[in-house]
Amino acid sequence: MNRRIGVYICHCGNNIAATVDVEKVTETVSSIEGVVVAKHYLYMCSDPGQDLIREDIKRYGLNSVVVASCSPLLHEKTFKKVCESAGLSPFLYQHVNIREQCSWVHDNREKATEKAIKLVVAGINRVKQHVPLKTRKVPVTPAVLVVGGGIAGIEAALTVADAGRKVYLVEKEPSIGGHMAQLDKTFPTLDCSSCILTPKMSAVGQHENIELLTYSEVVDVSGFVGNYIVKIKKKARFVDVDKCTGCGTCQAKCPVKVPNEFDMKLGMRKAIYTPFPQAVPNVPVIDTEHCLFFTKGICKACEKLCPAKAINFEQKNEIVEVKVGAIIVATGYDVFDPSVMPQYGYGVLDNVITSLEFERLCSPSGPTVGKILLKNGKEPETVAIIHCVGSRDKNFHEYCSRVCCMYSMKIAHLIKEEIPDAKIYEFYIDIRAFGKGYEEFYRRVLSEGVTFIRGKVAEVTDVAEKPEEEGKLIVQFEDTLLGTVKRIPVDMVVLAVALEPRKDSKEVAKLFSLNLSNDGFFLEKHPKLAPVSTANDGIFIAGTCQGPKDIPDTVAQASAAAAQALSLIDRGEYEIEAFTAEVNEEICSGCKACISVCPFEAITFDEEKKTAVVQEELCKGCGACSAACRSGAIQHKGYTHKQVFLELEGLTSYP
Amino acid sequence: MSKKKKESCGEDDFNPSIVGFLCRWCAYVGADLAGTSRIKYPPTIATIRVPCSGKVDPVYVLRALLDGADGVLIAGCHPGDCHYRRGNFFAYQRYRLLKAMLRALNLEEDRVKLEWISASEGGKYAEIVKKFSEEIKELGENPLKKLGTISEEDRNE
Repeated sequence: MNRRIGVYICHCGNNIAATVDVEKVTETVSSIEGVVVAKHYLYMCSDPGQDLIREDIKRYGLNSVVVASCSPLLHEKTFKKVCESAGLSPFLYQHVNIREQCSWVHDNREKATEKAIKLVVAGINRVKQHVPLKTRKVPVTPAVLVVGGGIAGIEAALTVADAGRKVYLVEKEPSIGGHMAQLDKTFPTLDCSSCILTPKMSAVGQHENIELLTYSEVVDVSGFVGNYIVKIKKKARFVDVDKCTGCGTCQAKCPVKVPNEFDMKLGMRKAIYTPFPQAVPNVPVIDTEHCLFFTKGICKACEKLCPAKAINFEQKNEIVEVKVGAIIVATGYDVFDPSVMPQYGYGVLDNVITSLEFERLCSPSGPTVGKILLKNGKEPETVAIIHCVGSRDKNFHEYCSRVCCMYSMKIAHLIKEEIPDAKIYEFYIDIRAFGKGYEEFYRRVLSEGVTFIRGKVAEVTDVAEKPEEEGKLIVQFEDTLLGTVKRIPVDMVVLAVALEPRKDSKEVAKLFSLNLSNDGFFLEKHPKLAPVSTANDGIFIAGTCQGPKDIPDTVAQASAAAAQALSLIDRGEYEIEAFTAEVNEEICSGCKACISVCPFEAITFDEEKKTAVVQEELCKGCGACSAACRSGAIQHKGYTHKQVFLELEGLTSYP
Repeated sequence: MSKKKKESCGEDDFNPSIVGFLCRWCAYVGADLAGTSRIKYPPTIATIRVPCSGKVDPVYVLRALLDGADGVLIAGCHPGDCHYRRGNFFAYQRYRLLKAMLRALNLEEDRVKLEWISASEGGKYAEIVKKFSEEIKELGENPLKKLGTISEEDRNE
């Protein structure tokens, strides 16, 4: 093909032009063989910029286009579409990154310009080897897998299901609800958490389009965007879901008491249990670690007494396989364990509790039936709330957990509501009341007589120095506004603990091929413009697994993820990787090296021809085979050796 | 070309030319992040975006050195994070083999480097480029540059 190449250099306002001499780049590359037209323009991605390319393609009969601008992650698709709209195959386009990896990282204009020229020359060299490829369309499975049954997962599942699409909602625990089910009231409106959550939970349980898989875990994900095959392990409940009526007799009669994890181990549950009364599904599970039958082979009281004959000790773990087009990961967070900060005495001193433990104390369905009580059963008269425990702390998490300021103020308000005479101290670094109605809530709590002290608490101790400190917890702190060190005796200390990535987030990331950001939460595709997408097309993230956030933001993100998933599965077809491997049968020696390296088992051996054969629909275009092939028989379309060599030559030949 | 070489004989004005093969899932995004965070590093490196570090045929590295690159950086995802399950392990195996081969041929193996850089490690990318540039400066100009070994005919192969 006689190449007629158009080269376009973007100024990106001043982002590129300030450091790279775009005129010099344009002039230098215009003399390269095959380049018919070379131009520079203020914003190539703008409408006039795009029109410029379209017009040139027609006017000069261009058959290849190179644009040097920002990262290909941002605008490669834009310009490919421009080519397509002008009747040129998008595969005859090459993108060159002279912003993120050139103008933004170098100061020396001369050197940056030289580098930009190298990069553009490499791009021109490469495009000369581009050929139009055929894109393949595959049908999309119109179903979505949602992983995690907290408020994010619930919201996402309902949105997709309401659109008439099948949803598989997988939850690790025996019931959906997540952390939100543990909360008492929610800031700033003071809606009772279960009052707003429970209707959504039962909607999930009853929805004809939602298949709820609780007490289950995803164990394997294979396939590709639009066509994932997911294996889910359904752990044995030892209770027949279809027969159980949720009457609760088994739980009442079970003789074994175990600290309830849902109540932060402040209350007790039985060995056969539902974590909380509003559980969905309202079907108990048997905890094999504590059940007398599983530990000692005796009892079976539940089996004997169950009126529905739903108990089945023979039940086994089961693996189910589902096919989905898109996956929404909404696995949530863990709370920071403050026992690693010995200065606060958590786990050592009585009445030093975490905020989540406080939520259970305050909840009407909690261990104290909503009464805020000390270990000795009395009401606290003074309470200290310590902000930023584990957050904004270089030793633990550098980030701000975003919800602690607000829930700390809510806790103060709830104590005031229950015990009006209580004296409450909030120890804060900064107050971050950023959301709708949040600042107003702060004012309200201030007006209720809560004392705010700016300063980080150095120590919580029970060693009294004065008579009035006897039998109390003493909070020692520096008031940074007054510049003094002080001690205050209190009855209860609430630690506003950080939200942190779940302990199993690395394994989950691996399962779904997600990346982690520096803070350990899942990494989104773009922090601003693609906040629920990931590097893996077809896999979306929502809620606190992406970073700490409050309920409104979580719900908004979950709806966004659901919309993205719907827009993918409702297309009916999905265009997949055109850059697959291809075997040249004439050269292939049949050594099978490629077969052994292919991670997707996409290469088979043709016994008749004695050559390797690529199964295109399984190939993901990683290129491992082409790097292993010693004869060059297996070529990676879009990344052929020739294309790479020519690109290399461009990078090394100038100046 | 020859004139250019004479000029760059002095140690001070030797500007190494490094080729980077960056995995598009992690290191390339990390390098972009260095850009969006405006973390500066020397303009010694120019990169090629590859689908996976396991795609980097050792021949690419040799070709880069023969073409006159003073150093070659291969950067992929951290072990266990490969988008294609195990491409970075292949990259590691091939890297070890390549180093052994360079040693056997009495070539400077330190001109080739393999690093794991995630999509969130923009700072690490900049640091690696800085450090590697210094190391290459110490080594001096790639002696293979003067050979001009690849004929036009070979290139077209």
